[in-house]
Amino acid sequence: MPTLLTNAATPASKDNFVEINNVDFGYGKRLILKGITMAVPKGKLVAIMGGSGCGKTTLLRLIGGQLKPSSGTVKVAGQVVADLNRQQLYALRRKMSMLFQFGALFTDMSVFDNIAFQLREHTDLPEDMIRDLVLMKLNAVGLRGTAKLYPAELSGGMARRVALARAVTLDPELIMYDEPFAGLDPISLAAVGNTIRRLNDALGATSIVVTHDVVESLQIVDYLYFVADGKIVGQGTPDEIRASTEPFVKQFVHAEMDGPVPFHYPAPKYADDLGLQLPTAGAAQ
Amino acid sequence: MINGIRRIGSRGIETIWRGGSLARFFWLVLLNSGMSFRRLHLTVREIYFAGVMSLVIIMVSGLFIGMVLGLQGFETLQKYGAEETMGVLVALSLVRELGPVVTALLFASRAGSAITAEIGLMKATEQLKAMDMMAIDPIARVVAPRFWAGVISMPILAALFSAMGIFGGYIVAVAVVGIDPGVFWANMQSAVDFRYDILNGIIKSIAFGIAVSVIATFEGFDADPTAEGVSRATTRTVVSSALTVLALDLILTAFMIRGL
Repeated sequence: MPTLLTNAATPASKDNFVEINNVDFGYGKRLILKGITMAVPKGKLVAIMGGSGCGKTTLLRLIGGQLKPSSGTVKVAGQVVADLNRQQLYALRRKMSMLFQFGALFTDMSVFDNIAFQLREHTDLPEDMIRDLVLMKLNAVGLRGTAKLYPAELSGGMARRVALARAVTLDPELIMYDEPFAGLDPISLAAVGNTIRRLNDALGATSIVVTHDVVESLQIVDYLYFVADGKIVGQGTPDEIRASTEPFVKQFVHAEMDGPVPFHYPAPKYADDLGLQLPTAGAAQ
Repeated sequence: MINGIRRIGSRGIETIWRGGSLARFFWLVLLNSGMSFRRLHLTVREIYFAGVMSLVIIMVSGLFIGMVLGLQGFETLQKYGAEETMGVLVALSLVRELGPVVTALLFASRAGSAITAEIGLMKATEQLKAMDMMAIDPIARVVAPRFWAGVISMPILAALFSAMGIFGGYIVAVAVVGIDPGVFWANMQSAVDFRYDILNGIIKSIAFGIAVSVIATFEGFDADPTAEGVSRATTRTVVSSALTVLALDLILTAFMIRGL
């Protein structure tokens, strides 16, 4: 069984499905990620957490080959993603899938056709077998009854679960979830969280969840990375994270308003902005 | 003054940049067109949305334009006692020019804008990215069938436009002006040449179909993934298509006239 990392070093290991080594990424001169090093062992469910705009989704895009790092390497299944040509990248992508933040369901297709899409595109299975597989996937997320509906007819939580079913249609080895809990009511949130854990275990897949939902993540994942200002500022198992005294992790996990991440965005003095002149001692008399 | 020159330079560079991107995009669409013909139902579906759904506006416009051409033509031709050649005037105007050009302008407004909006919204809602992550090329699966649907639909729509226009001209000539139907058709038949009139019209409509379809798909694919970005892209499709069609028409007509 692979050992989870407990420090920032990432030794190359055949047990890791994803390895990110000293990766920088930026747009122009503005660096989004700075020297990121992390590993995701096979079969594990790992969360990447951090505030909005800290580069979590960018990490997923680097892993999926949608972006190339400015420096450093991203390895998936032993292959350096940035070195692959389009054909090789597509071959690798058939081993992975991604759940997008808002589901990204194809709006001109029914729920059934959305799930069947990859089966029809990538396999020559007969239509009756596709039908059975689609219904099995939908049943796994509790939405077999929605097969004939269109995405516009689903609630946000249902759309997310349909997207989840679509993401696992071809039984991928790596599943990436981009903010799967955003905007969900507590019931849907628990359902999605539970389904992510169950699917990971049932498929024997490796999963990466990008989220800022601390409570749900600590319940379902095996390991967590915290990203702030483009760097990894903390990592550990859920128990280690709960007990962490690292200032950012502590502020994030305990939802403290002020800390390393200040409440106020940098700005000129409040009084100056309002055009107020504070009274001096002489003027007050 | 300097800022003005800078702005002009910047706009010039941007225009050249977009032109290059469009040419590269066109090349990619051609390279990835195999699926559009191997799985013909994808293209047929788009022909339905782009072509069949445009039939009403194309046919009604053709009918009215043909009738107006008939009335305007009659007013001028009767001064020279040549009103019996009305059929020739209507047919040549439609087959050579108005059919391909007006159909292309209507097609850009009706179907081109819809194609841009659809692809742009697919981009804004990450459907294209999702498809790409599923190892399915969005250019092959989404763009190419729409492109070819436009290219195939345009000459057929232009032919229907011209046919309806000639019918409109016939109604005015025979029912309103009182020209003998036999004379109307006979004059038209003897004056319209298949090679120089009809074939040139078809060539024009195919060229316009390629131009409008590549602009519409490119603008959708290149749209900023926001509501405002999709709206801007849709407007750009209509404006760029109209200007491109008119410019192409001038160039093609110049070559075709010289060929005469």
